[in-house]
Amino acid sequence: MMKTEAVIEPKSTLQPRSVEGRFRNAKTAILVFAYAVFFLLPWLRWERAVGPDQAVLFDIPGRRYYIFDLVMHAQDIFWLTALLFLAAVLLFFVTTLFGRVFCGYFCFQTLWTDAFRFFEKFIQGDRVARLRLDKQPWNAEKILKKGLTHLSWLALALWTGISFALYWGDAFELTTAFFTGTAPSAMYGTAIILMSTTYLTAGWAKEHVCLHMCPYSRFQSVMFDQDTVIVSYDAKRGEGSTGRVKPIKDMRDQQARQSAGHGDCVDCGLCVQVCPTGVDIRKGLQIGCIHCALCIDACDGIMDKQGWERGLIRYTSEHGLEGKKTKVLKLRTVGYGLATLLATIYLVWSIGNSKLLEVTAVQIRSPLFVQLSDGRIQNSFEVKVNNKSMEAGRYQLVIDNFPGAELELGQFSDIQLKPDSSIRILAKIRYTVPPDDTQKNREFQFRLTPLEGKVKESVIIPSHFITP
Amino acid sequence: MATPVKDPLTGAETTGHVWDETLQEFNNPLPRWWLWTFYGTIIFAIVYWIMYPSWPIGKSYLKGVGNEITYKTDAGEEKTTHWNMRALLAHDMQNGESALKQKEYLEKVGAATYEQIAADADMSAFVRSYGVGMFGDNCAACHQSGGQGVVGMYPNLVDDDWLWGGDTQTIETTIRNGRLGYMPAFSKTFDETQLTQVASYVLSLSGEEADAAAVAEGQKIFQGETGGCYMCHTSEGKGMYAQGAANLTDKIWTVANLPAAETTQAKLDAVKAVIHNGVKRQMPVFGKDGRNLSDTEIKVLTAYLQQMSSETAQ
Ligand code: SF4
Ligand code: SF4
Repeated sequence: MMKTEAVIEPKSTLQPRSVEGRFRNAKTAILVFAYAVFFLLPWLRWERAVGPDQAVLFDIPGRRYYIFDLVMHAQDIFWLTALLFLAAVLLFFVTTLFGRVFCGYFCFQTLWTDAFRFFEKFIQGDRVARLRLDKQPWNAEKILKKGLTHLSWLALALWTGISFALYWGDAFELTTAFFTGTAPSAMYGTAIILMSTTYLTAGWAKEHVCLHMCPYSRFQSVMFDQDTVIVSYDAKRGEGSTGRVKPIKDMRDQQARQSAGHGDCVDCGLCVQVCPTGVDIRKGLQIGCIHCALCIDACDGIMDKQGWERGLIRYTSEHGLEGKKTKVLKLRTVGYGLATLLATIYLVWSIGNSKLLEVTAVQIRSPLFVQLSDGRIQNSFEVKVNNKSMEAGRYQLVIDNFPGAELELGQFSDIQLKPDSSIRILAKIRYTVPPDDTQKNREFQFRLTPLEGKVKESVIIPSHFITP
Repeated sequence: MATPVKDPLTGAETTGHVWDETLQEFNNPLPRWWLWTFYGTIIFAIVYWIMYPSWPIGKSYLKGVGNEITYKTDAGEEKTTHWNMRALLAHDMQNGESALKQKEYLEKVGAATYEQIAADADMSAFVRSYGVGMFGDNCAACHQSGGQGVVGMYPNLVDDDWLWGGDTQTIETTIRNGRLGYMPAFSKTFDETQLTQVASYVLSLSGEEADAAAVAEGQKIFQGETGGCYMCHTSEGKGMYAQGAANLTDKIWTVANLPAAETTQAKLDAVKAVIHNGVKRQMPVFGKDGRNLSDTEIKVLTAYLQQMSSETAQ
């Protein structure tokens, strides 16, 4: 008979056992590295000619995004599109090759849940101790241990929220302001929202996010094929012909097992106990498996102890399991790989070639032209010069291909610009239309020639001169 | 309710409804957290209802508590009112980040001389963007959005020709005090022939085609006591700022619409009409006694015109 509880809600409160091994070490290393980057980056200082001395800073009101020596302006925002595209195709590419490895090692949910579980283990002990504590009635010990766990979670969650906010302003100032109650309300909002979502998803929802909430887990299956390298249980080796059996009595020896038709799986259940999403990998690939390979570590440990060959659970493809060759070069992998490569090249090229000196000339349209008292026609333009370099610049604006025309810039014939700054000036062009000329639209070019500064090449801006 | 009905197979509670002999409805309660979220939304709604304008009551409505917004009205008095989008907008327009920046720039421009503004690219750019709005609000109705004016009615402000003078001081005076432009009608003074002669002379001044004999006669009337035109337009025909008299020797026509006239005859007729009817034009006062623009606003407008107009020498 099914239990009411089983009908109403899925089993919750998974208590995975901790495990040691190479994949666990890799996971820990990635976690430490990611945390170091995320939590320390806002504190890193960086010297600049102008602008903040923070290495990474997204200055929204100033419309500047500082990433080390790269200063992005609002108009460079399309790089973000390119970056997001790159991230998407890279994810597809990696998924086609190695399954859900992003989930197992790099996903925020995985990283933060993992960190939370480190705290939990440190305070409450490992799986067995935690299960015992859960069953225990509420006494001082339980209150203390559970309370401490949640406190540590809340502290990490709060620090996560604050750290995120620090990317949008001066880290030192904002932190002081936060704790003295003078920070902008947006910071409190950000910190509190991130703190609560972190606490709830990493502390309470845990594997349920991977199983029920994550959209990526739903569509990744279309990116798998029989050549995708995934965490798999070698059923042939594990089960043999008569199924797995515990190493009892005369079933300890590999040879004895094999002659009885049993495989190498000793049914210790460790692979299930260590799984952060509660998957029994021996039942085959399942949607909940995040390819963290902790079950590999667990099983390898058992195999080592038995003195048998490792790899009862291992990274391999379906074809690999069947003893065939895993084909890597396929339409799918090559396509995603190519898209990844192209997006990378484009992004690098685009950033490398971004113009440090931007000039635009917008014609003033009301009125398009003015007649002057000496009969000449005048057109006006608003010229915007944007010096994106970190050096001061001096420029000269002239017009090309327009013989007989006069350019007037008021008092700004020599345009001086501070580092990372822009200027708007009014340019008037005057021209005597020859009597027999009925042309209404003349093409010419503005040319901005740098006299001093980082940029050496002239910038040409095509434009039009309109006459009645 | 009586004891809950249980489903014999799963042991789950059911609503007791049975269809088609065995089909039953499980009574699965909402998850606790969901229930609490639901209660939370109710509490939120009540708090919102208390704090913000909500129910209509007769001709009025509940205005909410603890949500005052203070802003300055157009008349300059402080006003505190309950939360509403209009007040919020007014408040933001006065206290928002860009509003404060604008205020700071306005103060800077207000304290600077016209030379300083013209020499400072930032201030010039600010004057252009702020000035275009002020011009649109106050001047564009007559002088058109780009300041190009309407021939015969409102002078063009972006060419290099001025009736009353184009130095900043004069522009400022013009805006502050307004102007009254007047040229008498010569309908009673000149007969048709004389009218044609004077008009021909005027056309010849700016190099337009005209009958030589008529020009010679016209010159006599213009420069002599009969017409007395020289008194305002000067004997060279260059006009006089003090009178707002137009320069007749340049290519710019502010009243007679020469650019629109195709034939020589049409040009002559256009000039004749002006001399016959005279000119009477008025620019309103924008200073204290008129539209009441502040000194800084007048300064921004003046500096804006100084930039947009094509006068090179001040
Ligand atoms: S089955 Fe193995 S690889 Fe998959 S999530 Fe569980 S422990 Fe990780
Ligand atoms: S850890 Fe390995 S030996 Fe143990 S149950 Fe899992 S597959 Fe079998």
